[in-house]
Amino acid sequence: MALSPKLAVGLTLCGGIALFGLLGPLFVGDPQRVDNIGLQPPGNGHLLGTTQTGQDVFAQLAYATRGSLLIGVVVGLLAVILAAGFGIIGAYIGGWVDEGFSLFSNVMLVLPGLPLMIVISSYVQNKGIWLVAGVLALTSWAGGARVLRAVTLSLRSRDYISASRVAGEKTWRILLVELLPNLVPLLAAMFVFAVIGAILGEAGLAFIGLGAGGSWTWGTMLFWAGNGLALRLGALWWFLPPGLLITVFGAGLAMINFSIDEIINPKLRDQTRRARRRWSASKRQIAATEEATR
Amino acid sequence: MSTSAGQTGTVLTVEDFSVDYLGETTVRAVRHVDLSLGRGEILGLAGESGCGKSTLAYGLTRLLKPPAVISSGRAVFHSREGYDIDLGALHGEDLRAFRWDKISMVFQGAMNSLNPVISIRAQLEDIFSTHRPELSRAERRQRCGDLLERVGVDRDRLRSYPHELSGGMRQRVMIAMAMALEPQVMIMDEPTTALDVVVQREILLEITRLRDELGFAVVFITHDLPLLLEISDRIAVMRAGEITELGSAAQVYSQPEHPYTEQLLASFPSLTGQRGDFIRAGLDERLLDLDPVRVADVDGGASR
Amino acid sequence: MSTLEVRGLVKNYHLKQGWRGRRLVAVNDVSFTLEPGRTVALVGQSGSGKSTVAKLLLQLERSSAGEILLDGSPVARRGRGLAQYRRTVQMVFQDPFASLNPYHSIAHHLARPLRLHGHGRTAAELEEGVHRLLERVRLTPADVVARRRPHELSGGQRQRVAIARALAPGPGILIADEPVSMLDVSIRLGVLNLLAELQREENLGVLYITHDLATARHFSDEILVMYRGEIVERGPSDQVILDPQHDYTKLLLQAAPNPEKRLATLRSDR
Repeated sequence: MALSPKLAVGLTLCGGIALFGLLGPLFVGDPQRVDNIGLQPPGNGHLLGTTQTGQDVFAQLAYATRGSLLIGVVVGLLAVILAAGFGIIGAYIGGWVDEGFSLFSNVMLVLPGLPLMIVISSYVQNKGIWLVAGVLALTSWAGGARVLRAVTLSLRSRDYISASRVAGEKTWRILLVELLPNLVPLLAAMFVFAVIGAILGEAGLAFIGLGAGGSWTWGTMLFWAGNGLALRLGALWWFLPPGLLITVFGAGLAMINFSIDEIINPKLRDQTRRARRRWSASKRQIAATEEATR
Repeated sequence: MSTSAGQTGTVLTVEDFSVDYLGETTVRAVRHVDLSLGRGEILGLAGESGCGKSTLAYGLTRLLKPPAVISSGRAVFHSREGYDIDLGALHGEDLRAFRWDKISMVFQGAMNSLNPVISIRAQLEDIFSTHRPELSRAERRQRCGDLLERVGVDRDRLRSYPHELSGGMRQRVMIAMAMALEPQVMIMDEPTTALDVVVQREILLEITRLRDELGFAVVFITHDLPLLLEISDRIAVMRAGEITELGSAAQVYSQPEHPYTEQLLASFPSLTGQRGDFIRAGLDERLLDLDPVRVADVDGGASR
Repeated sequence: MSTLEVRGLVKNYHLKQGWRGRRLVAVNDVSFTLEPGRTVALVGQSGSGKSTVAKLLLQLERSSAGEILLDGSPVARRGRGLAQYRRTVQMVFQDPFASLNPYHSIAHHLARPLRLHGHGRTAAELEEGVHRLLERVRLTPADVVARRRPHELSGGQRQRVAIARALAPGPGILIADEPVSMLDVSIRLGVLNLLAELQREENLGVLYITHDLATARHFSDEILVMYRGEIVERGPSDQVILDPQHDYTKLLLQAAPNPEKRLATLRSDR
């Protein structure tokens, strides 16, 4: 399949940021090191300037990117696994298992992430990055489970699943080999969606001061920038880079998500620009032929 | 309005009609079709899936959407009142009005296109309030009830919603809607294919009875040749966009001229006769050769 | 060589309607026997329960009452017994577009049942088995077809793949649920003809489920007419079609397209 421009741009943006998060921390100094040159604008040995306490913004950004991506990927994977477990298995087995699983998904669906986090943070003093990721994953899989359940219910009654049963295939093999491959595009889209949600969710939590203590993410950077009155002091270099990276990464993932949607649903694909470009040529043809027949 | 065929008993003339699907490679779906439809005639259009019979129906009623375009020919409607209308010359509102008023359509699965949240009465009345605004409310109600009775559905059903009716009843409602404005031509594309044989028979009887009563012409499109042989006056057999044979039902059945017609006829075992006995008489490889594996695709298939 | 006997089969469904449930009797007291080399047609309209009978026979659903006996012994619900049953009783589904997994190659569809039922272990054995099956349903060149995905074949060819899959375990009983109703008319008889040939070669007992009386008559030895879950008429094919006794059979026959009847009246009008 040819790479659509949308997918190419999305992959480039996300790939670039991921690479930065992966390799960046190896080349920068300690993001925590305090210096007496506070609030330096970019240049002069500090690529993106310094914070109020003289910490290097570029170094912080590199670590923050790694932290945010880690949370995104962990939460994305957990959410997809939970959604697949509850959605697909429940729907395929049916009966009481399905009733129980879907009841549980529905309860989880209405559990609000933010208040839950506030409640948990009032009990736990030292929240690690894993706790935050766990809570985000717990509160974000339920919607996906419902979608997967609906799709599985429709796939389960397809003749090719019945045919596999008649051929004597075991249940787990039908699930993994016959059913799951047909769900892969949907799972991929779900994963991408969960990653965006997790990164934004974590940034939100961190910004209001409920993030993981002692770790760097885009959210904690914004939190410290807000604390240090970066906006009022006009320190653009402090809060703009993390904000921009969140936006760009979100946009890139969204583009990838759209491309996956187009693969799942060929109707959408016909509406993409590539199809339309082919079209504008034939539209001229249409006009010409209609003219001729008149 | 010079030499109108209206008086001579033809209601629709189709000349050299072609439809193309434009794309990277242009596909000719309908090729140079010539047809004439007599007033009050049932013309059967037979063919297999992909032969272009539905495209022809959509083309005649100008319902084609790009990339399908009419690349040659024209269709002329000869009104009962004595004037001619070139369907290609109609646009916008005129075309829409013409479609319900003079030519109407019933498509396969049309019964599923009824709006589920609006009562049957409201959907029928909608046609009258759009196309016959001069009718009073009471007249409109009266006509809706008459219409339903005409297609063999009880008048009380006006109050029903689509989901309360069976598939057969809904299809009858669709036929009633198509007949609402007493069109002179009805185009039916597989109107009974999704229905059970018994229901199909009832609807077919209804269509032929209404034809006798109201005198509209019908273009009946289906792959079911035996069914066409039973209900149509003339039959056109279509294959790969062309009409390969056109003749009276008796003629097509007893003296088919084109080998494809023979092949189609042979595809339907006879219910009470002997034709079809060969099924269990031993393997006839020629039958499977009709559906050969295209080896030209090998490279495309293997490299993927 | 297997005989499948069905005695007093009943299937009820419980429909939820608000708080109370309602019972729907889909199949009521159905009995028949499938013997090697013979074809029984189960004829009826949609909703008559004929497809439910197929699902019950294939153990895709559990019957509410009645017995299914394979060579005189009741069918196991699970384990080795069920596997043995699956080896003997196979099915061709109605819709060849839905019964093949779009994700997998034709070879996968045939190799799996071969492997599951012990007709090959190594890749080479399985490949040979797949090719042999494809050649039996006249899909040649077999190596080309085996590599393809379902969407690269025509409907008739897919149905032949489905037949090959059903033959893979080496069954004695074949259940064909409307095997040609979704196919183009000009290739329907070819597929039925092939099915009849394979039946003769393997001495299969066949249950042909259909709504088409004409093919039922020519394809089968015995016809069962099903109406609202019950068998209302049964007998040798020609007898049921040419001399129907039950009102419903008569109604069905009258409704079926029959050009000869009309052309006879056309001729007499002249």
